[in-house]
Amino acid sequence: MTELLEHDSKAARGAAAAGMAVAPARSADADVRAARRSLRTQIARMDRELSELFATTFPRHGIEWTVGAAGGPRILGIAELERTRDALATRLAEARAEIRRRVDAEEANRALVERMIADPAEHRWVRVRSEDVGERGCKHWHSRPRWGLLGMLVGWWRVKLSSGCPLACGAC
Amino acid sequence: MGAGPGAGGGDPPLASRGEVDPALRGELPGLYLRWVEIGRGSGRSPRELKRRLAALSDRFAGPQAMTFRTRPIPWAYRVFYRHIGLDPDEQPTPPEAVVLDRMLKGGFVSRNLLDDALTIAMIESGVPVVAFDADAVEGAPRIRQSGPGDVLEGRPGELPEGTLVIADDRRPVALLFGALASGRGVRPASRGTMLVAIGVSGVPEIAVEEALWMAAEILEAG
Repeated sequence: MTELLEHDSKAARGAAAAGMAVAPARSADADVRAARRSLRTQIARMDRELSELFATTFPRHGIEWTVGAAGGPRILGIAELERTRDALATRLAEARAEIRRRVDAEEANRALVERMIADPAEHRWVRVRSEDVGERGCKHWHSRPRWGLLGMLVGWWRVKLSSGCPLACGAC
Repeated sequence: MGAGPGAGGGDPPLASRGEVDPALRGELPGLYLRWVEIGRGSGRSPRELKRRLAALSDRFAGPQAMTFRTRPIPWAYRVFYRHIGLDPDEQPTPPEAVVLDRMLKGGFVSRNLLDDALTIAMIESGVPVVAFDADAVEGAPRIRQSGPGDVLEGRPGELPEGTLVIADDRRPVALLFGALASGRGVRPASRGTMLVAIGVSGVPEIAVEEALWMAAEILEAG
């Protein structure tokens, strides 16, 4: 909005400085058009940021990206463009906050995996999935006893890294 | 329609310019339309085309799909969608819809000659291309705003005034980046195909023409 106001005042100052005698209606029309152009530029910039954010969040999923349509296809007025711009700004802020929250959780999980590997007996039966540390695939780290019940009784614990996703063709 | 600029010959067809309503040109600078007419309809995809689609599927996997929207041309269409009141995440642009379909189905699935040609053209260029039955379009296509009494055949009621449409000399034949009017699409019996590509600000004309050439060449070779 600040940018929009600056744009308008700059245009007005420019016209006054040049001493132009512009018909009021034509001037107002030009101002409205300039305001719409400015809003479209802002929307483009925000969509660029949102698209880049979308690409960088892969493989995380479950983040909301939709902004909502003003209803088209048609030429949008200033109010509708402003609503689109504000919705994009809100969505950007929410997506960034969600990603920050997830990155923090993933960092904590990575630290947990390191502690599990260093001391498996202290983290009995703890399981961390690759998804929990922001990675693709189906592998997981699992702290479990060596040799089943015997290892449990004797206290031989280890962290086992699963072998990944199941084969697409089942038991082949 | 008579023989269009692309009918016959082995060279790539020359794309014709479609008009854009002057009011729209002022409001949405950079909006343009190119079209080309091919003297055949759709049909079965030849084996070679199916192989080409399969190779494209191998080349275009998850990472390419995730970053597709950040490429300059697909991104320009996303922005244009927002400018005209559409949400590209709710109603994906045609190339993004093809990408989404590829991810869901695990590959670009061959359907027929025309759909396969459009798929390849849109993925390679990032430009949406739409096809009409050439005999069902009167005159040259243009982009304009709907006026009072305008309807999109197959849809109930009049179009809201100011809706952006692709129209022929008589009536709207499609919504801009939206549904085609009933009976305007290519059918098995169609004798000619009109390929239409819309350019928007940030999309070089050469990319739009390349998309049309690619689709036209595949159709003509098929």
